[in-house]
Amino acid sequence: MATAFLKQFTNLEPEGPAWLTAIRQRAIARFGDVGFPTTRNEDWHFTSPAPIAEATFEPMRAPTGLPDESTLAALLPGTADWIRLVFVNGRFAPTLSRPDAAGGVKVMSLAAAYREEPSLLEYHLTQRADIVDPAQVFTAINTAFMADGAVVQVQPGVSTPVPIHLLFLTDDAATGGVSHPRVLLVAEPGSNATVVEQYASLGGSRYLTNAVTEAWVGDGSTLHHIRLQQEARDAFHVGTTAVHQERDSHFLSFSFATGAALSRINIFSGLHGRGCGATLNGLYILGGSQHCDHQTRIVHAQPDCYSRELYKGVLDDASHGVFNGKVYVHPEAQKTDGKQTNNTLLLSERARIDTKPQLEIFADDVKCTHGATVGRIDETALFYMKSRGIPNTQARKLLTYAFAAEVLETIPVDILRDGLERMALERFTGTTDA
Amino acid sequence: MIHISDLRASVGDKEILKGISLDVGAGEIHAIMGPNGSGKSTLAQVLAGHPGYEVTSGSVIYQGKDLLDMEPEERAQAGVFLAFQYPVEIPGVSNAYFLRTAYNEVRKARGEPEADPLEFLDIVADRLKLVDLDEAMLQRSVNAGFSGGEKKRNEILQLAVLDPALAILDETDSGLDIDALRTVADGVNKLRRQDNAFLVVTHYQRLLNYIVPDRVHVLVDGRIARSGGKELALELEARGYDWITAEQGVGA
Amino acid sequence: MSSEIELLVNKDYQYGFSTDIEADQLPPGLDEGVVRAISARKNEPEWMLDWRLKAFRRWQQMTEPHWSNVKYPKIDYQAISYYSAPRSAKPLASLDELDPKIRETYDKLGIPLQEQKLLAGVAVDAVFDSVSVGTTYKAELKKHGVIFCSFAEAVREYPELVRRYLGSVVPYSDNFFAALNSAVFSDGSFVYVPKGVRCPMELSTYFRINAADTGQFERTLIVADEGAYVSYLEGCTAPKRSTNQLHAAVVELVALDRATVKYSTVQNWYAGDEHGVGGIYNFVTKRGKAFAGSRISWTQVETGSAITWKYPSVILQGDNSTGEFYSVAVVNNHQQADTGTKMIHIGRNTKSNIVSKGISAGQGNNSYRGQVKVMPKAEGARNYTQCDSMLIGNRCGAHTFPYVEVQNNTAIVEHEASTSKIGEDQIFYCKQRGLSGEQAVSMIVSGFCREVFKELPMEFALEAQQLLGITLEGSVG
Repeated sequence: MATAFLKQFTNLEPEGPAWLTAIRQRAIARFGDVGFPTTRNEDWHFTSPAPIAEATFEPMRAPTGLPDESTLAALLPGTADWIRLVFVNGRFAPTLSRPDAAGGVKVMSLAAAYREEPSLLEYHLTQRADIVDPAQVFTAINTAFMADGAVVQVQPGVSTPVPIHLLFLTDDAATGGVSHPRVLLVAEPGSNATVVEQYASLGGSRYLTNAVTEAWVGDGSTLHHIRLQQEARDAFHVGTTAVHQERDSHFLSFSFATGAALSRINIFSGLHGRGCGATLNGLYILGGSQHCDHQTRIVHAQPDCYSRELYKGVLDDASHGVFNGKVYVHPEAQKTDGKQTNNTLLLSERARIDTKPQLEIFADDVKCTHGATVGRIDETALFYMKSRGIPNTQARKLLTYAFAAEVLETIPVDILRDGLERMALERFTGTTDA
Repeated sequence: MIHISDLRASVGDKEILKGISLDVGAGEIHAIMGPNGSGKSTLAQVLAGHPGYEVTSGSVIYQGKDLLDMEPEERAQAGVFLAFQYPVEIPGVSNAYFLRTAYNEVRKARGEPEADPLEFLDIVADRLKLVDLDEAMLQRSVNAGFSGGEKKRNEILQLAVLDPALAILDETDSGLDIDALRTVADGVNKLRRQDNAFLVVTHYQRLLNYIVPDRVHVLVDGRIARSGGKELALELEARGYDWITAEQGVGA
Repeated sequence: MSSEIELLVNKDYQYGFSTDIEADQLPPGLDEGVVRAISARKNEPEWMLDWRLKAFRRWQQMTEPHWSNVKYPKIDYQAISYYSAPRSAKPLASLDELDPKIRETYDKLGIPLQEQKLLAGVAVDAVFDSVSVGTTYKAELKKHGVIFCSFAEAVREYPELVRRYLGSVVPYSDNFFAALNSAVFSDGSFVYVPKGVRCPMELSTYFRINAADTGQFERTLIVADEGAYVSYLEGCTAPKRSTNQLHAAVVELVALDRATVKYSTVQNWYAGDEHGVGGIYNFVTKRGKAFAGSRISWTQVETGSAITWKYPSVILQGDNSTGEFYSVAVVNNHQQADTGTKMIHIGRNTKSNIVSKGISAGQGNNSYRGQVKVMPKAEGARNYTQCDSMLIGNRCGAHTFPYVEVQNNTAIVEHEASTSKIGEDQIFYCKQRGLSGEQAVSMIVSGFCREVFKELPMEFALEAQQLLGITLEGSVG
């Protein structure tokens, strides 16, 4: 309940510099003013936050113990050489982390950054993610409570040789608790980096992860951001990624969501320089009574930028998927080239999708399109496969996999792409070789 | 027919035509050749009055009139036709309607009576054969969904219907297979008369096997680097453009 | 280029004159007494008054919606007069008795009300401010059993039909403006086409707002009985006035089993001047209910009004029913339009098709807002939506808000949208073929709207052509 958070805040002994304390106070005051949104808020029209708003979450308890390396490796196989920070129940686990695998990139916990990079934080932290919009109160709550998280700074001109893995885990002690992880990614001009942000569970139930990631992508730099939401099936997950792009920068995002009972994932990018590109792709695979809501927003504020968006959903049982993709084109943003697609496959007659691809355009010399399709497995393709002797069930599973694989193929990290494809294949066909 | 004298034109601050002088007489076919970026297409566009180019100096006298002083549609009505390198699509507007509107505008400008839809169909039917196009394409939207070859043939159809005095063909051969190229060239050859003229802009010599030019001009860096008879085209085919570019470099 | 486009889109509003005529007008303000007074003036039966009063009480509890993408100053509902009728308006034995001033008004609007002058095959109901002043071709229609009359007449003459269908598609509680209309609606048109009858001519209502400071609240109810067919056209104009006037209409369509209703609108209310002063607030609720195997088709060309807020919708109740929506919406100067449709798929194998073309010029803002909802039982539902916007100039906006909500996995729903501008290259291409800039723009815009124009009946296609200043001849197939 809202009052629980307000009360928790009065007991909070916030870490970090004085300027941040002031922002925390503004954020909690904003939350106090507007409270949790309802479905009357246009941005929450298809997702009621009531299950979160009406529950009470205590600050998440410390983990009972730390997982071993083989448990971690199983979460994302083949990543032994990656830079890695691990957080368990919202707390940095230095013994599981490998922060300095390579030069040219600073990777540290938020607490360490308070000490070591005060000016970097002052310049970027809380500057990208909006806390004023009543639809974004979860960001305000995170801002008020953020305790730990990750800070990544890629030095100018540096290409990181390996991806950076930020792993947020929960264990049994997480039950009934809330964590507010905060991530800051800074790609200095001319740099190139890949960050994989993974939310997964080793135990715990009915907990809430309320995450916020802010990213700044400098002139001519490229940032790949891959986000995996694999929370416990009865958990809640709200995650916002807010990105600021400078001239000629590229931001490529992939959101993969299979976990949580109720999840809401916001991915926002502002194109503030000429010649930027933003690519937002995603795949959500839901079953049971899972509800997953993706909200994307691309703001074209400068000319000559492009954006590409492909989101796919595979919905089984009585699951409910939501996609709301907004593309804004400011009057200055001439020659904008925007394309957005949302395709949903409904596997069950009880599954439901609400999709709202939205264009708001104020410049005349632009090329913007969006498309959405909803349907079930293509009967022609199904018949074709069956006529070649593939049994009905297997044919359906293969076609489902093929639908998902089209968007998974856009993931640039081979190991990750292969891993997720394997995961999808297993989920849809019960086998790992097809 | 047309007398071009020291024509200079630029886009923004960049000068592209750096002093072109050229005379084309009635009954003649001139070929404009040159490497990519030499200004060939710019010359075609400037003669048609494309608003994206600024003429900075020089003059163009067409049939005794100052062409540069005329609006694009006035040039068209006076008989200057440009076959576009990239024909533009106009969704929802039928080819027949578009062509008839253009035809009647040209007729009006000449003080001739306008054709009604039925009369016009007769005129077009005859011209369709010339470019080997099916009558069904008249009902399709202008260039929308046309293949590359269809678009180019559609340009020649318009040329045949509008019957201009000066036709400028801007890389009409690009993207055509050999059969389509022959069709296009045959069309042009049949339209050739003593009282009209053609300016054929092309990168490759192969079109000139079918449309035989009276004169060939090679454009390099916005200037005519060399002019000659049809044999110059063959020489270019054999030796490429580099030798002319090199000569030009030495001379500059 | 801009000067050519300006010429085209800034054509003066031709219908901006007003008629000086003595009117029976209620003083501004709205309370139960006003609702009773309207009902009394129309000699309505008790049930009609009761329905109005229920609506009024409901309206009092409602708040004006503000979710649409339009901005306007607060409307003072107590400053509006809710009834205005020409003094001379009384039931006419024949149209020859019509007040010459009113006839002259319709002549000037190009809607002659003498039957011998009429366009063959179009019957017209002329609504002047709050009342219907005459309906043509009634006798001819009667021969086929088709009822076409003013709403007030229908309440008197066909109470059982009106009672059965009034509010059956748009209940008085539906939304703020529908409730207001239900309380104070003054007149409008009523159509009933009996079983198996194909209405022999186009039916048309021409709405004219004349009086100042009044609202217009007409109500249209069209019922096509089983297997019937009707095509209905609606046109609207108003004088130029510097104040905003409220138009809150309700249209209900009922297509019973296997019936077809085609409803076309050319909406050209006064849009306000180039500074955004004056113009009509067009807040309209239009909805049809389609029973088994029936088809409801909305076609609209929206060029007028300062603000347009309307979503002609179809409830696809019956199995195998079809809903269609074809729309061209043009905004210029300071006009705002938030328009689109709702297709609610309830029955099995229901189909809907949506084609929306938005053109924004000047400082206009055009929003497409459409909902496609497939309910759990709508097996085999199919929707295709195409939604294109064209921007002319750099101070206008085009917005697309589609809501796609699917709860049945046998449904196939496709939505496509694009935004483009008139290309300089297209204009140059046309000019190089000898066309003037204005011709070029006309041709390109008409091509853009072609899929919608071809849905309009011929007479309206011509009017739409004049409205957009577009030469359509031959370009619309």
